[in-house]
This record gives sequence, structure tokens and C-alpha cells, in this order.
Amino acid sequence: MRILLTTCLAIGTLLLMLIGCQSEVDIKTAQYAVNGQKVYLTHCQNCHGEKGEGLGNLYPPLTDTTFFQANRPKLACIIKHGTSGELEVAGKKFNSVMPASNLSAVDIAYVLTYINTKINKGKESFPLDEVEKNLKNCQ
Amino acid sequence: MRSITKFYCATFLLLGFFSCKNNSQTNLPIYGEREAVEKTVDGKKIVDTLYHTIPPFKLLNQDSAMISDKDFDGKVYVANFFFTHCPSICPTMNRNLLKIYQQYKDNDEVRFLSHSIDFKYDQPYVLKDYANKLGVSNNHWQFVSGTKAEIYGLANQYLVYTAEDKNAPGGYDHQGYLVLIDKDKRIRGAYDGTNDEQVKKLMNDLPSLLSEAKK
Repeated sequence: MRILLTTCLAIGTLLLMLIGCQSEVDIKTAQYAVNGQKVYLTHCQNCHGEKGEGLGNLYPPLTDTTFFQANRPKLACIIKHGTSGELEVAGKKFNSVMPASNLSAVDIAYVLTYINTKINKGKESFPLDEVEKNLKNCQ
Repeated sequence: MRSITKFYCATFLLLGFFSCKNNSQTNLPIYGEREAVEKTVDGKKIVDTLYHTIPPFKLLNQDSAMISDKDFDGKVYVANFFFTHCPSICPTMNRNLLKIYQQYKDNDEVRFLSHSIDFKYDQPYVLKDYANKLGVSNNHWQFVSGTKAEIYGLANQYLVYTAEDKNAPGGYDHQGYLVLIDKDKRIRGAYDGTNDEQVKKLMNDLPSLLSEAKK
């Protein structure tokens, strides 16, 4: 009887530890990334490529993490309203027009999380409230 | 009795094998409508097949120079239809065509021909800028523009659908085919430029068409 009880307790503790390891933040990031992949495929991949490699000097790559960090507050606006003029990405100068996507805030949060965690292997997600805040400050 | 049947079977199999080998140089089909014509050669009447060919054309290229079908005489070439600010299939199609161009750009038997279907915006200087940014470094890949009638009429000859359509992304609707043309200006293949499998097939078919032309 005592052995049975100990075994049950041990298994229970192990299970708890397993569930505890995968925090809520990770699950949310994973959900965002999965949804973001669909958005990426429809709205971004044609120009920026399957692996975010860009295309020559026409379309910049999305793999420049320094650019991503430096321009983090502007990214949502660029996706929503498009951009034009000169941009320096990954040491190359680009000067093409990116059309407006008019994606919703949540789709933008999804796709930015996908680019950041799947294409660039980063850990940070782009929470919806951050994207909504950034969109209010678009220039 | 049985051995005779076996003998016949073997003979037919062998015959089939040889006839296959003699008939075709490559397995690439010839597309388009064809008609049979009677010709007189050396006083004898023979029946010949007329295949669909790309008709003569004259178009302005990215350097504002007039190019024509003559520039593609004796060349195997890949043709497609696109426009520079196309937000949908064109970037993928030209990304794939660029891979093939990079392999063959120094091969004098191979050419590439991209037609812009945006006759309003894609002037030669726009096409030149696009070609440079894409990474095209020699004149083996030509970017041409023309009037709507010229370009859309040619698209029909290449069996590619093109249309002005306000509801399509960017204002134009078109198919993303990479069309493979042989040295006699016949259509030998059409590959969806956005589909990796079909692009791979084009990469396989192009060298076999080149070796067919040598025979």
C-alpha cells in the first residue's frame, strides 16, 4: 500500500514539473508563430522569400536582427502602411516601395512573432498590446 | 507451341524497344496547334507537320533598344510575363528564373525574355532599374515592354493568360508560366514559376533541349 502511494506521488510530481516547465508565455508565442506562418505565406513570402532571404537589391531580407531590434517600434507601422525611400538592411541599401498590407493588429503581432522566432530563431514574441500601441504612433 | 508464342512475344518486345529509341530525340512535347501540309520535295509529294511557333516581334528593351525575334534565332530561351510592382506571384517567379539565369548566363545558346504586362508604368528605365536590382548582369536576360496589343497578343502566342483586371493584386491578372522555347521558336514546355517541383523540371528539361538541338 505504501509503495503504491509513493509511486503515485512520484509520478504526480514528475507530471507537474513537466507542465510547469512549459510556461504560458511559451505556449502563447508558439500559438502566435503558428498563426503568423499563415499570414507570412499570404502577405510576405512572395517578395521576402520562404526563409526571409529577400531578393537581390529589390526586396530586403528579414534576417537582419540588428535592424529588427533598432526599429522594433516601427515594424508594425511598416507592415500596416507600407514604406518607401532608402533603407539600409544587412549592409545593403534598398530603395523600393513596399505596399500597405492593411493587416489587423493581431495578424501583425502573429507575423512579427513568426519572423522573430521562426525565421530568426529569436525568443521574443510581439504581444498584441505592444503592436496596438505602436500602431497608434505611426508617422 | 509454347516456345513459338514466347519467341513472338520476345520479338515484339524488342521491336517496341527499338522503335521507341528511334522515334524521339527527347521526351519534350511540342505544344500548340499543328497542321499537316503537303509539300513537294525533289518532285515527290510529302506530308509535313507545321507546328505552332512564336511569330516575329519587335519590342523595346531595358536599354531602350529595339530587339526582335531575330535576337533569339538559334537560341533556346525561357519567356515569362510579369510587371515590376507586382505584389503577388512575380517575385517568386523571377526569384526562380534568376536561379536558372545564374546557371546559364554565360551560355551563349540560352536566353531569357521577360515581358512587362504593365504597359503604363514599366518604361525601359523602370525595367532597367528592376533588372539591376534583381542581379541581372548581362544582356542574355532581356526585359521588354510594348503596347497592350503587342504584349497581350504575344502572351496569347506563348499560351499564357494575361489581362488587365482592377480586382487583381496590382491591377493585372496573369499566369506565372516560364515558357521554354526551342531553336525553331516552338513551345516545348510551360512550367509554373511559383512551384518548386515544376521549376526543377524546367532545370532538367533545359539541358535536354540543348542537347537535342545539337543533333
